[in-house]
Amino acid sequence: MAPRARRWLLAALAALCGAGAVLGFAGASSGQINIGGGPSQPGGAADTGKVPPADPEQVERGRRLFLEGCSSCHGLDARGIEGTAPSLRGAGAAAADFYLSTGRMPLDKPGDEPIRSTPRYPQDEIDAIVAYVGSFGGPPVPNVRPERGDISEGFEAFTEHCAGCHQAVAKGGVVTGAFAPDLGEASPTQVSEAVRVGPYIMPLFGHEQIDDRTLDSIARYVELTKDPVDEGGWGIGNIGPVPEGMIAWLLALAALLLVARLIGERGRE
Amino acid sequence: MRPAENGTLALLAFAAGAAVFFIVAYALEWSTQVLGLAIGGALLAIAAALIVAGKQVAPGEKVKEERPRLADRAEERELEREIERGGEGVSRRGVLLGGAAAAGTALGGALVLPAASLGPKPADRIGYSPWRRGTRVVDEEDAQLSPADVKVGTFVSGFPEGADKRELGSPVILVRLRAEDLDLPADRSDWDADGVLAFSKICTHAGCTINLYRYPLFPAQSPGPALVCPCHYSTFDPATGGNRIFGPAGRALPQLPLGLDDAGRLIASDEFSGPIGPSWWGVRK
Amino acid sequence: MIRGAIRFIDERTGSAPLLRKALRYAFPDHWSFLFGEIALYSFVILVGTGVFLTLFFEPSLARTTYDGVYDPLRGTEVSLAYDSALRLSFDVNAGLLMRQTHHWAALVFVASIAVHLMRVFFTGAFRKPRDINYYIGLTMLTLALIEGFAGYSLLDDLLSGMGLAIAYATTLSIPLIGGDVGFLIWGDQFPGADDFISRLFIVHVLILPVIIGGLIAVHLALIALPHHSQFRGQGATERNVVGTPMWPGYALRSVGLLFATAGVLFLLGGLVQVNPIWQWGPYEIYDGTNGAQPDWYMGWLIGALRIMPPIEPTLFGYTIFPNPFFGGLLVPTLVFGFLFSWPHIERRVTGDRAAHNLLDRPRDNPWRTAIGVALFTFVTLIFLAGAADRIFVSFGIDYETQVWIFRVAVFVLPALAYLLTKRICEELRDTDWHPLRGPPGAAVRRTSGGGFQRVSVARAGRSRGRSGAPRE
Repeated sequence: MAPRARRWLLAALAALCGAGAVLGFAGASSGQINIGGGPSQPGGAADTGKVPPADPEQVERGRRLFLEGCSSCHGLDARGIEGTAPSLRGAGAAAADFYLSTGRMPLDKPGDEPIRSTPRYPQDEIDAIVAYVGSFGGPPVPNVRPERGDISEGFEAFTEHCAGCHQAVAKGGVVTGAFAPDLGEASPTQVSEAVRVGPYIMPLFGHEQIDDRTLDSIARYVELTKDPVDEGGWGIGNIGPVPEGMIAWLLALAALLLVARLIGERGRE
Repeated sequence: MRPAENGTLALLAFAAGAAVFFIVAYALEWSTQVLGLAIGGALLAIAAALIVAGKQVAPGEKVKEERPRLADRAEERELEREIERGGEGVSRRGVLLGGAAAAGTALGGALVLPAASLGPKPADRIGYSPWRRGTRVVDEEDAQLSPADVKVGTFVSGFPEGADKRELGSPVILVRLRAEDLDLPADRSDWDADGVLAFSKICTHAGCTINLYRYPLFPAQSPGPALVCPCHYSTFDPATGGNRIFGPAGRALPQLPLGLDDAGRLIASDEFSGPIGPSWWGVRK
Repeated sequence: MIRGAIRFIDERTGSAPLLRKALRYAFPDHWSFLFGEIALYSFVILVGTGVFLTLFFEPSLARTTYDGVYDPLRGTEVSLAYDSALRLSFDVNAGLLMRQTHHWAALVFVASIAVHLMRVFFTGAFRKPRDINYYIGLTMLTLALIEGFAGYSLLDDLLSGMGLAIAYATTLSIPLIGGDVGFLIWGDQFPGADDFISRLFIVHVLILPVIIGGLIAVHLALIALPHHSQFRGQGATERNVVGTPMWPGYALRSVGLLFATAGVLFLLGGLVQVNPIWQWGPYEIYDGTNGAQPDWYMGWLIGALRIMPPIEPTLFGYTIFPNPFFGGLLVPTLVFGFLFSWPHIERRVTGDRAAHNLLDRPRDNPWRTAIGVALFTFVTLIFLAGAADRIFVSFGIDYETQVWIFRVAVFVLPALAYLLTKRICEELRDTDWHPLRGPPGAAVRRTSGGGFQRVSVARAGRSRGRSGAPRE
């Protein structure tokens, strides 16, 4: 065999061995028995909704912050302003914590749809305002433990109660007149707060409908959706046939048209 | 040796190696991604080898040849004469052909007809629902629901006790509105049970499940309560009895009148206000 | 060795002269003539991977409890069909590779037919003697759409189950007989009789593939007999064929395309996830998910259904046209009806009934090209309308506003596209510019005195007939 041909052959074999080695390490299955879950952790008694005693200094600090940043819409005494913003008496610490920690509040304009953004307040100030609003009663910040939930119960409950708006793997979607957000950035606490409070146009779910154990399971499922089991490779967003169609046209067909261009003749003139 | 031939050889060697790698990966049960990369790589390498060979290794040449003659009128006439020859001596050609046509058509119809065995006539089944007056409303675990189970601002799925939950007419969606928000037509004024309303969960547009519920936390600054379908976003207003307020649906969402049994739990006080599911020719009859 | 093989075959069949002729068969080999082959080879992959899948899939709606490796579904009651598809995906070695390659092949199959159809349309290849073949091609496209839809609906997952509900509603919307046809297909009110999936299975693995396969054979025969059409240039005329011989050039390149198609599809099948049914969950009549979409080639129908106003005309208690009729039946019937009647329309309008073996460049027939672009614009718009919810989530344009924008756009934009395309074609034709490369160069010759002399490029006289095609 001529030296040049030998060199080509060796180069090809070397490339193959190299690729094989890399893939061998990356691709070897670890022999997983369970995918996507694992058993739930045993835990203590579920949260019964008891309100921890409020620290008066916290509450006072929260009141001052409230007057500064919230009272223009929610009123000086948090009783709301008709037609502008609701009363927060009885809204509960859960509502306050949800809206503030997701940056949905403060709202620039009263009529806007509250959407997730960078929280306006640092965590200690949020805690103070939450303590203040929570002092008027209402649902406390839920004590959610995703690791205590059951993943398959979570999947079933999420499909029944949540997937209609938030989509099967929590990527969000349209609701006439608004939208249901993608839950990729929602912490388990925020998820459970939203479930109990029903912010903006989201329905709310009480303990009789979704008990704390089921809430743990739903929170656990939402955690899974942040990194779904993409056994088939690149998940392309996990939103279904739209990106799949785009890959078929812009990747597969485009590549094959290029091959056709390589194979065939160009225009004659 | 020309570089193109070397290239072809290298590609074929790569393909062989990749195919062997696939065999190894399969035997060791490696992931789908590795399997795909291996076999895809092998196939693409062979493709490249063939294309390089076809374009550069094999003699590149152009041929010019005559097209076959289409529409040779003389041949066509000969063919016609051949066919005609088959009918020489037949006296009543027209009648015979007519008889053959009739027999063929009748037989064709007869042979196709057993396809009708595939399905029953729609009759009453098409808009059927198992709900009757007095049917208890149960949840997915067959526990009967009470008004207390349906708080304002939430939605609950209900089913008829004793019926197949997977029937089109079975699932209902229960919501509760505050008394001041209800605006039912006069003939439905007692269709709610303590403010709890029930509607068919199947959209009247194209049959998808209505499992989106919009309920405002602060009504002054949000759209009002609505049942929405995720397929084409037909939107129905529970307060007025399921009228369509957005989207392509042509009919209102059928409402199930609710009542309370002796134990204060939810039952259907009558059948649906109209046929459930998507519309068809006779849906309004 | 080759001699031995030839002798072996010729002694038994006498086919040496025929094979000799076949090897010299000339293929006009413009690269745009290869699109149909991409479709053909995708079909080959579909059949190959499909056979594998049939050996594992259980087409039954009987209930079972899933207890496989995917935890979020463990303990859930599902159908045998869904369960077998999950096991194929997670437990069978190379099962998911085959499933995904099969699905990608279906998506690429229809896409390549679409591109092939566009080539045929814009070059006038549907004219006599190839009009019958054009109808066969359109028929295969229709069958491919149904075949693909049937295929992914077999798995009884939440996404495809919602699609079947919409198919049921669209069937019911056929005037007069919709209910009867719906019950014929489903065997009962939706979700249908217990044997619905097993019947759909037979349609998908036997009935439609046999019909499509048979039509492919006829389609290829109707190409081979009159020989493939060709562009002008390099001495091509209406009476001859100029191209690459079958052996070795064309056969090598064509088989190369087969391997390239297979390679791309298997690569995707392993690396890019498609239809992850375990993420959607099993289909139940009382469940649904937001953002549900059909596979791409059905996207134009969901778009039409979404932007259609809520019209549902009634007469004397009868619903003449249930709403899904307009988006789900009328729109595709009009589009396909137009495509089917196009050869006839063009013959009537231009008066050109001759046979054509030479192809037009799109610019040579501005009227036809403009109409084709207008139709393409229309179809693309309703595809986009089908993805309006994703456009909203990704780009923030309000959904209700989009519905109105699309309602207007589907009338205005195709008309604009027609005018613009016609103008561009006429310009290109008159100036002979290449759309991307610009004006053609002039040939120059150096004179003995040192200057340059332009050599005029002789061009055939261009008189514009009614069809806009230059007369030879």
